Amino acid sequence: MRRYIVVRAFQAVLSLFLLSIIIFVVVRLTGDPLSLLLSDEATEEDRAALEASLGLDKPMPLQYLIFARNFLQADFGNSIRGGTPVEDLITSRIMPSVKLAGAALLIVLAVAVPLGVVAAVNKGKIWDGIARFIAVAGQSVPAFWMGIVLIQIFAVRLDLLPTSGMGGIEHYILPAFTLSLFVIAGVMRLLRSSMLETLDTEYIKLARIKGIGEGWVIWKHALRNALVPVVTFGGTYVATLITFGILAEVVFAWPGLGRLLFDGIVVRDFPVVQAMVILAGALVIAANLVVDILYAYIDPRIRFG
Amino acid sequence: MFLPVGIILFFVLVAVFAPLVTPYSPTKTSLPEKNIPPFWQEGGSVSHPLGTDPLGRDIWARLAYGARVSLLVAVSTLALGGILGTALGLLSGYYRQLDPFLMRASDITIAFPIILFAILLVVIIGPGLINLIIAVGLVIWARYARVIRGEVLTIMTQDYIARARVAGASDFRIITRHIFPNVFNTLVVLLTLQVGFLIIVESSLSFLGAGVPPPTAAWGSMVASGRDYIVTAWWVSAIPGIAIMLLVIAFNMLGDWLRDRLDPKLRQV
Repeated sequence: MRRYIVVRAFQAVLSLFLLSIIIFVVVRLTGDPLSLLLSDEATEEDRAALEASLGLDKPMPLQYLIFARNFLQADFGNSIRGGTPVEDLITSRIMPSVKLAGAALLIVLAVAVPLGVVAAVNKGKIWDGIARFIAVAGQSVPAFWMGIVLIQIFAVRLDLLPTSGMGGIEHYILPAFTLSLFVIAGVMRLLRSSMLETLDTEYIKLARIKGIGEGWVIWKHALRNALVPVVTFGGTYVATLITFGILAEVVFAWPGLGRLLFDGIVVRDFPVVQAMVILAGALVIAANLVVDILYAYIDPRIRFG
Repeated sequence: MFLPVGIILFFVLVAVFAPLVTPYSPTKTSLPEKNIPPFWQEGGSVSHPLGTDPLGRDIWARLAYGARVSLLVAVSTLALGGILGTALGLLSGYYRQLDPFLMRASDITIAFPIILFAILLVVIIGPGLINLIIAVGLVIWARYARVIRGEVLTIMTQDYIARARVAGASDFRIITRHIFPNVFNTLVVLLTLQVGFLIIVESSLSFLGAGVPPPTAAWGSMVASGRDYIVTAWWVSAIPGIAIMLLVIAFNMLGDWLRDRLDPKLRQV
């Protein structure tokens, strides 16, 4: 088990290394990193200072080491707008995003898991139909548009919920739902099909023959095993939550990282965008590592295989 | 099957013949005519069947020209990513020495949020149709490479590959004549299933301002332009959103149908 974790952790570090190389190369390929990193108002001295601190007169490998060291020390450079250090911007915006993603995750668990199970148990009946409709809608309706429609209905027409901004619990409902819909669709589809497979296995039949109550068989024995494939896709769901988080934050004027990125796109604030991309990449890589380790705990065939 | 194909055909024709289906320019603004509602609403008229946006541009015209952007980006990124992914998948499955390297690269690319990477490239190289296609194409290949590689590994164990080799066929000939035709169905299904997803990616990027730059009409930026007017002019953002949804559902249905006919193995993808 320890060996497995070490190998996986090493692969994660390797992935992070490759990601940083890709970004480094892409930035250098475009010619002048200075013009990306500095605002139009920067003076000659600013230019010279940045050139020296990035070591642009030094050979490429050394430049990469400087680039990597800056990132490891959480030094992401200064925002083109206002010159605030990017790491300060990120620390001030991180909590709202984490809270929103947490709320969305709760909705996913509360909706997708019961619905996936009920759909599998009642295959071909009304609940299965509802589940399938949600699955199709979740993957076909663009999240940003969904958010606008929800504002239109629940905030403008019915005046039940606030249109935007952060505040009490009622502020979370619409953005968290918008953010979660795509993941709900994915989790539910996967859980439904793996639940159908599990319900068909010998040990479930045995549990029934032994006279264990149907509810217990489904929600305890079958669900536990059916959740395994869902766990495998954990990293993908994290990536999806990041992407849809950006869209939801923009639609609902949420003061988080997605909004920060959006403001960065408009003025082509490269240091901000670069830091966000590397952070998101690191987060997804970490999530995949956690998933792999969890998976080995759940399924011993992996760690001994 | 007729409904999805009909919807797709409708949007393709509208995109191709955009100048014929509307007399208006998609970019010409006319402030006196701003925020006219669609014809079925009070105050609407048939001269602007779907109404106008906050700058007085005809929504039906922008929808038609915007369909060009959505379809062009989706098809071109699929072509770029599909060619790249197929080639690398074939190589990775055939030359086992390349496999660990290529698959690690595809692991990272698959794991990464496509929209974020595209945003990074667009910020570096600047917005534009070609840049958008390159940005998305460069991240989407990995999904296809992975599936194609898996198929190749299965095919490689077949007798006919060994026989072709014994008969003296070159690697190139084996890959192009014996392996590629056998992964072709999978490829078609996979690519069809992805069109809808790519339309969502393209419209999300243009919604965020990282797509085709204004004033060119794109469905995502049309939705964005109506954001501040949802109380007074709901149709500005509602109509392009409905168009995206219809087209995506149609492509997903077509993909599902093709999968069931051509390649039932892919059911889990």
